[in-house]
Parts: sequence; structure tokens; C-alpha cells
Amino acid sequence: MTTTTRIERHHYDVVVIGAGGAGLRAAIEARLAGKKTAIISKSLFGKAHTVMAEGGAAAAMGNVNSRDNWQVHFRDTMRGGKFLNNFRMAELHAKESPQRIWELETYGALFDRTKDGKISQRNFGGHEYPRLAHVGDRTGLELIRTLQQKIVSLQQEDKREHGSYDARIRVFAETTITELLLDGDRVAGAFGYYRESGEFVLFEAPAVVLATGGVGRSYKVTSNSWEYTGDGHALALRAGATLINMEFLQFHPTGMVWPPSVKGILVTESVRGDGGVLKNSDGKRFMFDYVPDVFRKQYAETEEEADRWYTDPDNNRRPPELLPRDEVARAINSEVKAGRGTPAGGVFLDIASRLPAEEIRRRLPSMYHQFKELADVDITKEPMEVGPTCHYVMGGVEVDPDSGAAFGHVRGLFAAGEVSGGMHGSNRLGGNSLSDLLVFGKRAGGHAASYADGLTARPKVSVGAVEAAVETALAPLQRDTGESPYTLQQDLQAVMGDLVGIIRREGELVDALGKLAELRERVAKVSASGGRRYNPGWHLALDLRNMLLVSECTAKAALERRESRGGHTREDFPAMDPSWRRVNLVCSLDGDTVRLERKPLPKIRAELIRLFDRAELAKYLTDEELAEFDALVTDAEAEEASK
Amino acid sequence: MAEQKSTGAGKSGTKRQFRIWRGDESGGDLQDYMVEVNEGEVVLDVIHRLQATDAPDLACRWNCKAGKCGSCSMEINGKPRLSCMTRMSTFEPDETVTVTPLRTFPVIRDLVTDVSFNYEKARETPAFAPPADLAPGDYRMQQVDVERSQEFRKCIECFLCQNVCHVIRDHEENKPAFSGPRFFIRAAELDMHPLDEKSDRKEYAQREQGLGYCNITKCCTEVCPEHIKITDNGIIPMKERVVDRRYDPLVWLGSKIFRRGETPQTSVTTPRSGSAAHSGSPAGVHSHAGGSHDPRAEAQAQRGVNWHREVPKPTAPAVDDRGKLPLTELTFDRAAAPSPFGDDVTFPLPPEHLNFAHPEQDKH
Repeated sequence: MTTTTRIERHHYDVVVIGAGGAGLRAAIEARLAGKKTAIISKSLFGKAHTVMAEGGAAAAMGNVNSRDNWQVHFRDTMRGGKFLNNFRMAELHAKESPQRIWELETYGALFDRTKDGKISQRNFGGHEYPRLAHVGDRTGLELIRTLQQKIVSLQQEDKREHGSYDARIRVFAETTITELLLDGDRVAGAFGYYRESGEFVLFEAPAVVLATGGVGRSYKVTSNSWEYTGDGHALALRAGATLINMEFLQFHPTGMVWPPSVKGILVTESVRGDGGVLKNSDGKRFMFDYVPDVFRKQYAETEEEADRWYTDPDNNRRPPELLPRDEVARAINSEVKAGRGTPAGGVFLDIASRLPAEEIRRRLPSMYHQFKELADVDITKEPMEVGPTCHYVMGGVEVDPDSGAAFGHVRGLFAAGEVSGGMHGSNRLGGNSLSDLLVFGKRAGGHAASYADGLTARPKVSVGAVEAAVETALAPLQRDTGESPYTLQQDLQAVMGDLVGIIRREGELVDALGKLAELRERVAKVSASGGRRYNPGWHLALDLRNMLLVSECTAKAALERRESRGGHTREDFPAMDPSWRRVNLVCSLDGDTVRLERKPLPKIRAELIRLFDRAELAKYLTDEELAEFDALVTDAEAEEASK
Repeated sequence: MAEQKSTGAGKSGTKRQFRIWRGDESGGDLQDYMVEVNEGEVVLDVIHRLQATDAPDLACRWNCKAGKCGSCSMEINGKPRLSCMTRMSTFEPDETVTVTPLRTFPVIRDLVTDVSFNYEKARETPAFAPPADLAPGDYRMQQVDVERSQEFRKCIECFLCQNVCHVIRDHEENKPAFSGPRFFIRAAELDMHPLDEKSDRKEYAQREQGLGYCNITKCCTEVCPEHIKITDNGIIPMKERVVDRRYDPLVWLGSKIFRRGETPQTSVTTPRSGSAAHSGSPAGVHSHAGGSHDPRAEAQAQRGVNWHREVPKPTAPAVDDRGKLPLTELTFDRAAAPSPFGDDVTFPLPPEHLNFAHPEQDKH
């Protein structure tokens, strides 16, 4: 075939797909390990979705409250994820986050400071102590820029040593990967196209790190950018890897609902951390009515106590506005459904009446700026209108916690960041994703490098696989009978938003699966007009099949899990069920069909489960597990006594 | 330029006239579209609607749609803007909205330009030099000290400042020697970083980045969507501290006024390669020393400047007892240090006030 001979080829040791926080950190690690590394970015370098993270990066440095440590952070993470987290990932994350943050300072990051010159840390929903390292409300931008600039500094080193910036680490901007290529069960490379020219490019590499982020573009109201089409999730499935926890999607409780053009854009949680309160259309501060029993002990019962907490957190309990995200999202949803919402279908988030205008501008500069510019709303003068928006997918590639290597029957594939699953369980705490990117990005990059080292022979890309990939990629351009990719995307978004959204019901989920099957037929026949050069219609047509595949996983898993937990709320099964806590739902691809299997969760190590009170565990564990826990405690006490 | 009708008409929206540049490096033109616009929308929403209806292959960059990533830079009615931050309500109800790609960078297709120039300049700018004696976790800095650099780190790299900078906007020939405002503030940010080990950021900016080309027209500051005071807080302090460190401003001014024909290589107003450009290709050179955007005035300035004309002496600003300019911005009534050229001089200077003498010119 003539097309394959003209394909640009590159040889790398490690190819990192995705140039957000996780991807860049992985690439830095692979390059530091001496591997020739490529970074593939769907957008321009430095534009990744990580820039949108506002609040901060959670790390138990103990700079603001010295009682904070990794055990407390671990506890908060497990609590937030409703104990469905992979405990080992939560442990590694809590232990390694501080180092990863401090490391950023050596790359040139400038976090906000405490009075004694350390990195300042702020309060955030679900975190027991002030824990989020931040830069105003543009922490994500600082993170991505810092990593971007570190890569540049490595390139400058390479230029001095080898004469070329690109000698050992190169960024391929505006490049999309459409297929992973295998040699047997081993990764052999990645195939894709340059968005600018539409020309194809083949990367031959024994190790691939997926760091492609999430899936939010399948939803109508989302804070996610166009890039979030579940590419990594779908690439992994097609390469033989498995996905876990795909039913868990985080709907951020406070996205803008007005004006319509910015529907979905987030209002950072720190608005609430800094004193913002939620009110319904009657002017009532309603969150006090929605504190679940499991959290009753940690949250204030009166407005007076809640208000005292901002200045005296040691002697007062926190305001219920700072409950974990899923609780806040559900509360807002209930208020709106009860007819106490705003005209645009949200509730009011009021900081204007709580802090002086100047203080708001100082603490939330980009928030102030964003509302002023985008909506002509002055948050120092009037309340914001907010409501739940699709924000983050907890589910993702099932990985080995220590190395980030994908499970299933594929070798040489690694995943880090949002595209990987397990770390956050059923619900992610705010601030945990930025530190997740750094901790597991570094791990995946390092392990991908040592995997490449350990190979005796490089896997080979087969010509047939490349030809098939070319054919698939060109198909939408060669058809002119199919539907427009934009129509199909809108239809997909409608199905997911209406039927697999924040509150789910069995009938609707069954209906959704039927509609997704219809969509699959239509997407297979999609046509894109125009040429190959920077053609967004064609790009969307290619992304659609990934979005569709991932949506099927979400719908199937959501139908299967008959309980409500974290980012999965079933109206027909409103309670959390301890027996479901022991189960992960694992998706794999069997030919064209998504297969769903149940798999037991790994058992939490003894010294980790003992970090919790029995009373707290009783809310999550089965009787059988509790008996085991009691035995553990008795044994430990006996051992203690015998000393 | 066939007028097209949008198919997805909604009840609430009104139809608006858009003119969008379509084409690639081989050429293109403005095409007219009638498109639905709803209350509260921004220009990017309208472009997305066009993609979903009349122009599925209309090329345009965007990511966050919240003014945080700096991808959707374009020129809207001639003004460099982020399209996600340009509300439709800012136009007159019957105003035609014209959207064109960034002019300073080569077009790839439609509204997408090749901005690789900026990434090349980023790679040339020396990286942060971490202090050798501090372990990670031991960095101590005061908030007040990091704030100055933090202002510049707000930059979202939309490259609007680069696009609007007249040094390169219509002057491809200046690109190799000139990094542009984005990278001047990168240098300023590192210069002001409390723990950066490199001490020659300003000199580097002057020597390698072409800081001297900038004659402070402040266009960059005007278009910055993050409202970074690029000129006042970044460029001017850098320029003036170069002067402060290297020259006594009075002596330097004296040399400018009385010793014509000798242009110091690192002087503030004279571009480093300006003289080289003049001697190399005397015809059709755009002199930025004058800061004039009018080609006729430029040509006149080049031909007919009376080099022996007496010009009014600029009044130098007051210096302190060490002979230095007062640089304490805390107590000063302006955002940056006073101008070493005197506060009675505004930039750009009118060409007729220029008294630049090229060495070659004095020979006849």
C-alpha cells in the first residue's frame, strides 16, 4: 500500500500520550532515566486541561497545621472515595505528594507562602487540615507551566550535550494518536496524525504511557475541554487492557449555570473554603439539611458554629458547604428538583455578602476576573448561579498501584492521572488530582523506562496493523453519505447527560444502552467533509468512536452497580451497600463488545485499616470484615500486653 | 462570498452577520455567514455553531473556553482577542463581526496560525537556575517577594502580546533577534525570583532577546487578557535596571546628546541590530527608533533628518545622593521607576525629534 510508505516514522524508548500534568511528569522521569522520550500532545504544548485546576495540590506537608501527616491524608482520601479506593495507591499518594510538590519548587514553581516562608496550604472539601498547596486560584496553570519549563530546561541540557534540543525529549504538539500497535501482547508503537497537516505519523516504541485525561466531552454540561474524549481509555481497551470503576463520574457541585455560553465552567471549591455559602431561591442556607450521618461528627450544626470555623478551626466544626463534592452536588440537585432553584436551574453561591470586596479580589483573583469578563457578573457584589457539572472520571485503566502498568493482557502499557483508575475510589477529593498527576506520573514514567530497559528485543510494528489504522483514520473523509460528527456528538451528549447523568435509574440506563447501540451504527458511518489539513470535523469524527466506547462502559457499569456510592447515585438504590464495597466492576473488550466482570477489591493492609475508628469502619464494612478487624485489634492488643 | 443561511435556527436567537477569514498559506478571503446568536454568548460559541452547521471544517483552536488556556487567540474586528472572552453583547446589535487569524504568525488554515516562533523563543530563554545549596522542601520565600514574579506567571501564553508587538507584527526580519514581550516577562519573572541563581537575566534580555527593540508603546499590555502590566512591571524595570547597573544615566544621556556617531551596543533606545540593518539594506527599512507606524514619516525620517539640528535637552529625573534613580516602587507615585530619559519625554518619540546619527551617514 502506497500510503504506508509515506508515513513519517520515529523511534523512541518511551512514548507518553498526553501532555498534561501526568504526561509531562512521566516524560521528565523517563528522560531523567536516560530514555529517549516523546510527548504527544493533542493541543499546543502547555494548554492541557490541567490548567483548569484552580484549588491546589493536596500534600500533607504540615506547613499550616503541623498535625497533618500522610496517615491523616490517607484517611481523608479513603473516606472521600467511600473506601472503594485502591488502598495502595491512596497510601503511595499520601506518602509521596509532599516530595513531588517540593520538587516543583526546584523546577521554578512559585507557590503562595506562609508567614515563615514555607508553601502555604489552604482548606478544601474533605481534607481535615489545610493541605492544598496553591497559587491564588490558578494552581493548575502553575503546575503545567512549571513542568513545561522543566522540560525546556532538560532540552537545553541536551542541546549543550548533544547539539539538539530534541535529542532526548521531544514534544509533538497538535498530534492525535488513534491506535496503539501491538506485537503479540506487547506494545510496539502508536499511530496517529498531525492535526495541522493531517499527515500520519508512526511512533515505534516498546513502552507507552497513557496520560490522556478524562471523558467529559460525552456530557452536555461539562467543565472539560474538547480533548477529553476518553482516548486513553479506549486505546487501552482496544490494546487488551481493562478499565475499572467506570460508573463513577464526578459532577462538580458548583459549575456556572449562567450565562449559557459558559455553562459548565467551574467555580472553585475555595470560594466555599474562603467563606462562600450556598443558598436556595428562598435565601435559605440549605446545606445544614443535607449532612449525612457518616459526616455528622465533623460538620457544624448551626450557622454560628460554621461561621466561627473560618477563623477558629480548632474549636469549631467545619461548615457543611465543605462536605465532599458528591454530597454537595446531590444537595443542589435536590433543592432544584424541589423547586427552590434559580431561574437558570441552579442555586446561589454567595461570597459577596460574606467578605469585603477587596478581600474577595485578593483571595480569588482569577475567579473574580473570569466572572467579570465572561458573564459581566461582579462576584464581590452579587451571588453566582451554580449547579452540578461533569468534571472528572474516577474510573480508568486498571493499573498496578506501584508501577502504573496496565492490567489485562498487554505488556509495555502504563497509565497515570485521570485516565488511570483506582486511586480515588468512588469519589475524588478536590486537590487530590494535581498531586495524583505528579505522584503517579513520576512512577509510570520511571517504570516505563525500566520496562524498556529490561527488554532483550524490541517489539515490531506489523505493516498490516499500520495499513488498517490508516484505513480507519481516512474512512470518515472518504464517505459522504453519513451524518455530521457534530450531530452525532450532540446526540451522544444528550443520551449520557439525560440518562447516565448525576442521578441514575435502571430503566433509563437500559434505555441508554439501547440508544448507544444505535449510535454505534451511526458513528460507524460518520462522514466528515473537507480535507485533511486542520479539519476539526474529521478530528471529531475520529474521537467519536472513543467517546462512544467509553460511554458504553460507563452505562453498563452504572446499570450493574445496584447501590449509591460517591460519584454513582442510583435513585432506585439510594443507600450505600457494604457488600458492594468489596467489588470493582472491570470492563474489557471482547471483539467489539464491552464485557463487564466483577472483581474483588484488594484487602487493606492491617496497619492501614487500623488508622480508622471502628465506629467509622462500621459505616463501610460488612459484618464479616468488621469481625476480622476486631480480631486484628485483639491480636495487636494481646501482642502489646505481652511485651 | 455566497451568503449562507444557518440551518439550526433557534427560537430565542437572532441572526448576526459574521465575516470569517477562510484559507491557508496559499491565500484565502473573508467569507460571509449569517449565524444564530443567543443571549450571553461569546464569539467562540458562534464559531462552534458555525462548525456544527455551515462550516464543519472551519479550523479554530480552543481548549478550556474559560480564558485560562490561551488557545483561542484571533483578531476580532481587527483587535487581538481571546474569542472565548469576547462577549457578543460588546458589539452593536447590527454590527458585522469580522474574525481573522493572528497576523504576526503564518497561517496554517482559517483561524489557526503557526505559533512555533514562540516555542522556539521559549527554548532559547535560559531556565530557572535552582540554588545549589537548598534541598527540595527547604525553600523559604516571603509572599511579598514571590508576588512580583507571580504576576508574570499568570501568563496563559495566548501570544496576543507577541501578535500585537509592532517590532515583529509586520517585520519578519526582526523575528530572529527579538523574543517579544512574552519572553521579556519570562526573563523579568526569573530576574525577580527570590532564589534564582542566575544574575544576568536583564543583561541577557538586552543582549540576546532584543529588549532594546522595544520602544514601550504598551500595545502588549493593552491586549493582555490576564491584565499583566507587561511594560510597566516587566519591560521598563528591566530596561532601567540595565541602565542603572551599567551606566550612570546622566553620563549616558550626555553621550547620546553630544557624542553623535557613537552608538553603544547595549543602549536603551537603539536597537542592537538596528545599525546593522541600516547599513545592510538601506532601502525600505522600518526604523523602530522612531516608533512611527506611518511609512511616509519613516521614509522622511530616513532621508531628511537634519542631523545638526539643536534638540531640546531632556530633563533627567532627580537622582539620589548615590547618583542613582529612586527605584523604590513602594513610595513612588508610578507603577515603575522613573524614566531615565526624563519624565517630560513621552514615547514613542516623534521622528522629527530623533537625533540618531548613523556612523556611515556622518562620512559625507
